[in-house]
Amino acid sequence: MPERAPRATPVRHALSHPAARIAMLGIAAAAAIALFLLLDLPGRADYALGLRWRTVTGMLVVAIAVGASTVLLQTVTANRILTPGIMGFDAIFMTIQVTGVLVIGPRLLLGTSPTVLWGIELVLMAGIVVLLYWWLFIKRRLDLHLIVLVGLVIGTMLRAVTTFLQRLLDPDAFAVVQNLVFASFTAIDRDLLLPTGVLVVAAGVSIVPILRSLDALALGRSTAIGLGVAHRRVVMHAVVAIAVMVAASTALVGPVLFFGLLVANAAYSLVGHRHAASIPAAALIGAIVLIGGQTVLARGLGFATELPVVIEFLGGALFILLVLTGRTR
Amino acid sequence: MITTDGVTKRHGRTLAVDGVSVDIGPGLTAIIGPNGAGKSTLLACIGRLVRLDGGTVLVDGLDVTATSTRVLATRLAVLRQENHVPIRLSVADLVAFGRFPHGGARTADDRAIVDDAVAMLGLDSVRDRFIDELSGGQRQRAFVAMALAQSTDVLLLDEPLNNLDPRYAVDLMRLLGGLAAERGMTIVIVLHDIAVAARHADRIVAMKDGRVAREGSVDEVITAEFLGALYETQVAVEVLGGRRVVLWG
Repeated sequence: MPERAPRATPVRHALSHPAARIAMLGIAAAAAIALFLLLDLPGRADYALGLRWRTVTGMLVVAIAVGASTVLLQTVTANRILTPGIMGFDAIFMTIQVTGVLVIGPRLLLGTSPTVLWGIELVLMAGIVVLLYWWLFIKRRLDLHLIVLVGLVIGTMLRAVTTFLQRLLDPDAFAVVQNLVFASFTAIDRDLLLPTGVLVVAAGVSIVPILRSLDALALGRSTAIGLGVAHRRVVMHAVVAIAVMVAASTALVGPVLFFGLLVANAAYSLVGHRHAASIPAAALIGAIVLIGGQTVLARGLGFATELPVVIEFLGGALFILLVLTGRTR
Repeated sequence: MITTDGVTKRHGRTLAVDGVSVDIGPGLTAIIGPNGAGKSTLLACIGRLVRLDGGTVLVDGLDVTATSTRVLATRLAVLRQENHVPIRLSVADLVAFGRFPHGGARTADDRAIVDDAVAMLGLDSVRDRFIDELSGGQRQRAFVAMALAQSTDVLLLDEPLNNLDPRYAVDLMRLLGGLAAERGMTIVIVLHDIAVAARHADRIVAMKDGRVAREGSVDEVITAEFLGALYETQVAVEVLGGRRVVLWG
């Protein structure tokens, strides 16, 4: 892509370059991590640091997963207001989780290694999502609006199914499920941190060779094929990566609907639509919002559990704003 | 050079394209025909944008269903009717996407080709504007510029005159005619306006009900008798100042 002619002063132009902006976001994210780790350290610093380190790593994994998966989904569906959450990706994962609890029971569940369990759930979810989208996109060749509608309906239906299944559970199992279905950025599962982190990074790295194809894909199906993008292969690759990332973040912190919307749109307005810039920017903005927000809420205002509520509120407000101002595409 | 052999495409139960076999050589070829004749679908079949239900399409000797889409993109550029961009992109950035099949707009040569395409379509004054801020005609020309920046031998355009006022329509047809003559490009263009086809095209393919009704030079196709049957309406063709003028009704 050619550089746009510099109109502003050289310094301002340099600062508006995507690479410079990503570097600034990186510095801000690093600062947020440092503040979160080091602010108000109690006397026995080792223990607190270890605990905080785990939380901060978990939030980083979630930020990467949510930011990247939302940008990918918005490219594949050619719009700016959808997230994997709205399209029902995490509803599929939750249904698998709750069905699992119902089928094998809480006692066995507590006995099984969470990593093994998550691995099975991940494979199931990725399989279902890929099959569903292969069917919708490639076999039936449905119009994009119809696919979005199908996604919305599936998401709503599965959330209802999950709620219904919870009513069938005994109190023990119900308590296990309650932990799964509410987003919480602080109660991060220690055992899942490594496998989810590795898979999210792997999914992210796998995207690198198709970044430029994704740029062209954003121009729409016909134009992308005309430019020589292997449309089917790139779309399915993106869908698999989205499935893996959503399974990772949902397992770590629970479902998030609008958080991705917030970070993806912030990334577009800061660094533009090239995926080599927008995906890292979305991940970094996610890290700044999560870790910075958690620092402010926990250390500054003294209440630790409200961050998901605040973020989902802001994301939901942005969603309405985007719909009302017509900037949905 | 484009060769189709028995190309068939169904939309549900209707046959949109029904066993079309045509050879299209270098020059400007217009596809005309009534609504629903299968003109756009044939173009999409040649441009490998839809899967064929039967037959083969060869472009420069390459079977479009068997050749990698990336290789085809260096031989053939295709532009469809609906061109909306869901993202914020400047004209120059959009045209630069034309270099995508050649590895992106990285070298000075690539950038020269992009600048050339922008200039040829008269977009210099708006090259840094965003696509969604442009008029319909400017946007249309930006997409044609992108297709030209692909530097292909074959160019397929589906109703590129939509949204263009007479001045830009004439400019574009002259530009395409010039490219076909000077660079020996094979340009296929779906047209609604028979007058434009009669004025600018070297060859005309007339379609009806998914089949080729007649194929030949302007003088062979643009006749009162044939057009009347093709469009099922009254028509007169007069020769005025050496040009064929079509009078409907």
